[in-house]
Amino acid sequence: MSLLDDYREVVPKGTIDFLTCLAKQVQGKKVLHINSTRLGGGVAEILRSLVPLLQDVGLEVGWEVISGGEEFFSVTKAFHNALQGQEQRISQSMLQTYMEVNRENSRRFSFDADYVIIHDPQPAALIENRLSNGKWIWRCHIDISRPQWKVWSFLRQFVVRYDAAIFSLPRFAQRLPIPQFLIHPSIDPLSDKNRDLSGKEQVQVLRRLNISMDKPILLQVSRFDRFKDPLGVIQAYRLVKKHHDVQLVLAGGGAADDPEGEAVLSEVREAARDDPDVHIILLPADANLEINALQRAATIVLQKSLREGFGLTVAEAMWKGKPVIGGFAGGITVQLVYGVTGFTVNSVEGAAFRIHYLLDNPEVMAKMGEDAREYVRRNFLITRHLGDYLALMNFCER
Amino acid sequence: MIKKIAEHPFLFVGCWELREMLGRSARDEQQLLETIEEIPLDSIYYHTHSFFLRHKYIAGPYPNDFATWAAIQVRDRVLGEKLGILDPYDFDSLESLRAEIVTIIEEHLSQLQIIPRAIYGEPFHFMQSRIIEVPMGLQARTLTEFREILATVDASVVYYHTFEAILRLGRRKGDFSLWMEEQLGLSELAQKISRLDPYMTSLEVIRHRIIKLCDEVLEKGAWK
Repeated sequence: MSLLDDYREVVPKGTIDFLTCLAKQVQGKKVLHINSTRLGGGVAEILRSLVPLLQDVGLEVGWEVISGGEEFFSVTKAFHNALQGQEQRISQSMLQTYMEVNRENSRRFSFDADYVIIHDPQPAALIENRLSNGKWIWRCHIDISRPQWKVWSFLRQFVVRYDAAIFSLPRFAQRLPIPQFLIHPSIDPLSDKNRDLSGKEQVQVLRRLNISMDKPILLQVSRFDRFKDPLGVIQAYRLVKKHHDVQLVLAGGGAADDPEGEAVLSEVREAARDDPDVHIILLPADANLEINALQRAATIVLQKSLREGFGLTVAEAMWKGKPVIGGFAGGITVQLVYGVTGFTVNSVEGAAFRIHYLLDNPEVMAKMGEDAREYVRRNFLITRHLGDYLALMNFCER
Repeated sequence: MIKKIAEHPFLFVGCWELREMLGRSARDEQQLLETIEEIPLDSIYYHTHSFFLRHKYIAGPYPNDFATWAAIQVRDRVLGEKLGILDPYDFDSLESLRAEIVTIIEEHLSQLQIIPRAIYGEPFHFMQSRIIEVPMGLQARTLTEFREILATVDASVVYYHTFEAILRLGRRKGDFSLWMEEQLGLSELAQKISRLDPYMTSLEVIRHRIIKLCDEVLEKGAWK
């Protein structure tokens, strides 16, 4: 049995056979993915699932990681922030470091592939060493719609040499003279973060986190970051608490390398003070089972972001059949079909209003959760992502 | 004449839509109108038809992207409803469909003092479809086989043989209906299938209805 067959139970009927047929047309093609890390972060998480699946359907797929010292990664971090609109000071020597490390890495890799897929800005300059055969595709996972122009114009000189670019949302893109495709990210339904949990497993994890299920749970899983608006979530919870005896769980990653995050976390702790029904849980980066169990235990999941990337935590919660109330930001608006698979809101009051509404209408909540799961099943699973890549290769072969 | 076994089998074909961004967007309804006049027909197709391929299970509240954007993002429900009731089956070509959409928006704007725009919502991003055909390697020669296969294939097969066949490939009745009539002589069933309005529902509902219609014929006995 193939790896892809493992997904047969969770994807819509016909999908696996369809993907197998789609893959036939690009059998044996060599594909090379290059990104900046093998562990941690959404890109690595997706590649860990996607690369074995591409291999499983008959492609010859490699995954390389660009290597560089601390200096290089502090440069690319500054690039990353600048491309997402934060003002950064970028010196000439930083640009030189970026170019040198890309040149050194290009000597390590063999680009002898039919498709070379470069993820994000860190390895973008590798295209300087492209061979004449093979298509090069730049896969941008971040929002570069409002960049610091100096950094974008530096990066753009490489991007325009690719055969195509892929973005996660149209609004994340820039005008480019090459074809640009839209591919949403995805979740792996069989990963620890999303697989089914037995009742026993779930209880064990919740006990470890000190969360009881005696009251309905409102949950937000996200970093303690102003853009995720945890304080707004507490305010919404307080508005709801007047009428419904609920508890709030705010679970998120640590803020050790982020001074701003630490400040937000202490503000959140301060706002939650003296309320035994507000639980603040700091989770390590690999707390996949914990997130899974919390999402499954939740009554309503919130992602009240003010700014967001794609926001895949929404799809994760939807996959667990939960109604989600999300901020009107980034990819949340694509995942939540208003009033069908969840609600998008623009304010604290909006969030409170929709929580009220759902708690008062459990049958709506159940139907919304059911539709949310189906919507994810058909649009945001890794199998759909696999199909997009296969279709793109098919298109390039025309 | 009704035949139990078709001379030419029905070949099931699915499809995948690769979504290409045109790099153009509209913030208000005037910009929407002007851009609709200029974009390639593949973009009109994307926003009015392949919408269904993206919503295989859930039919959104409005049956095309233009109506959805007007109603949800601009919060102009009047235009959303006017565009939502548009039936692309009424048009011979995507060009005539484009002309009708332009007329609806123009008429709507002519009655307003100010141009509605997406203040809180998202701009409209224009896309175009790149449809990749995928032969499924499955074929049916009888109604029973047809029904069995249709029940199990990917929903994109339903899309390909209805929307894609009708509007882009010029097979006005849709492939299912054509085959029923030409190969099995089942004119009544063919007519019922061609009368299904796919624009007001989802692919799964269309699949379910076609299967139900086939079952009704099969239950009459002669086809078992």
